[in-house]
Amino acid sequence: MAACSVEELLAKAEEEEKEKLKSITVHKDLELEFDVGNLLAVDKNRIDSRDVKSAKKEDFLRALARDNTQLLINEVWKLPTERVDDAIVATLPEPTTPLPREKPPPKPKPPTKWEQFAKLKGIQKKKKTNLVWDETERVARNEYNKLKNIARAQKVKIPGLGLTPKEQQSKNELTKAVSVAKTSTASAGRFQDRLPKEKRVKNTGKKRKFEPLIGDFSNERQKQLELLKVLGSKKPKLDITKAVNKQMREEDREEAAAKRSKGAGKKGRKGNVPGKRKGKAGKAQGGKRRGKPGKR
Amino acid sequence: MRPLTEEETKTMFEKLSKYIGENIKLLVDRPDGTYCFRLHNDRVYYMSEKILKLATNIARQKLVSVGTCFGKFTKTSKFRLHITALDFLAPYAKFKVWVKPGAEQSFVYGNHVLKSGLGRITENTMQYQGVVVYSMADVPLGFGVAAKSTQECRRVDPMSIVVFHQADVGEFIRNEDSLT
Repeated sequence: MAACSVEELLAKAEEEEKEKLKSITVHKDLELEFDVGNLLAVDKNRIDSRDVKSAKKEDFLRALARDNTQLLINEVWKLPTERVDDAIVATLPEPTTPLPREKPPPKPKPPTKWEQFAKLKGIQKKKKTNLVWDETERVARNEYNKLKNIARAQKVKIPGLGLTPKEQQSKNELTKAVSVAKTSTASAGRFQDRLPKEKRVKNTGKKRKFEPLIGDFSNERQKQLELLKVLGSKKPKLDITKAVNKQMREEDREEAAAKRSKGAGKKGRKGNVPGKRKGKAGKAQGGKRRGKPGKR
Repeated sequence: MRPLTEEETKTMFEKLSKYIGENIKLLVDRPDGTYCFRLHNDRVYYMSEKILKLATNIARQKLVSVGTCFGKFTKTSKFRLHITALDFLAPYAKFKVWVKPGAEQSFVYGNHVLKSGLGRITENTMQYQGVVVYSMADVPLGFGVAAKSTQECRRVDPMSIVVFHQADVGEFIRNEDSLT
């Protein structure tokens, strides 16, 4: 009796244990359909209508939900997992079940003015398919790039490529071509007439570049001082007016000295003669001045 | 505002050297601080480094003047000295002309200096040499260009021009609005 009761007890305990730790394997007549990307499982097994209507409805539904969830989680565990900060994370595949969108679909945009016009006129957008891959041009371009690289490595200046013929030329390229053609005359395009409303080609000249406003002050000063040195060291030119002035001054001085040393009458006569010969106003005035003391 | 290019510096120094010769060195290399020339609205301004740094706070369009205006570059990129530069020209002037008290007013009103108004002139002044004009009391009045050399000055008649007027202190009143 006692032994029997012990066995009974053990069996009861075992049953309770089983109830707590339910098996992860769940038997189903039909396999469930899974969409793991959406964490979705669809159970197509038949449900006994009596179970649903009975008093144990809640327990039945709970058990069904547990079993199906268990199957879904089994499916999730089959996916590759990784550990991120003490949590195991499975990467879900792309969802397969299309879900309806949250917001209504956008309304079609009203056609633009051009689209209206195009519809009216029956204009259709054409794709430019007349472009053909040109092997020879590509090779030539590559060759030019190669030469450019060599030139850069040797620090040599390279001439521009100029204008290469193309299937489709842009507006910019055409204006450039026109300006190049115009300046390619013997007079460098000086006498080429411009078309009415033709615009000047931009960005052809050299750009100005200035020193920074607040830069190296000592360097700036040094440069200016050097410039001054160059300005100051210009070779003295023969300045005729200066030379003449100097000559006149010297003559004045000589005459004054001669006046002091020689007699008055003699000097007056002498003074007049060179004055007439040279025919200079200054000289004549000098003679006059000398003449005065002579009269006295 | 920007520093002058080499070309501009050369043009300006050539003009300045007509009045103060090699004394430009004293303006460039000053013992009392770093001074520099800066171009703004085609005008050349002379200022200390300190003032320059302060001036950078002011927008280019709003900036009217900084430091001392020395003159301006014409459209043909020649350099014209302004009367504001007189403070720096007068102490270093190499050739000077003093005008008689009676002719002072005439000069300050923008007229040339005539022989009759000429008080004194530096010896050896050549024709077309830049000169600074002083009153007989040694007050700088302006500057100009000698029309006649010192030698010739002694002989010409009293009504002939001796110094061509270029700028005078009267401009401070006459051109008050355009002088910066």
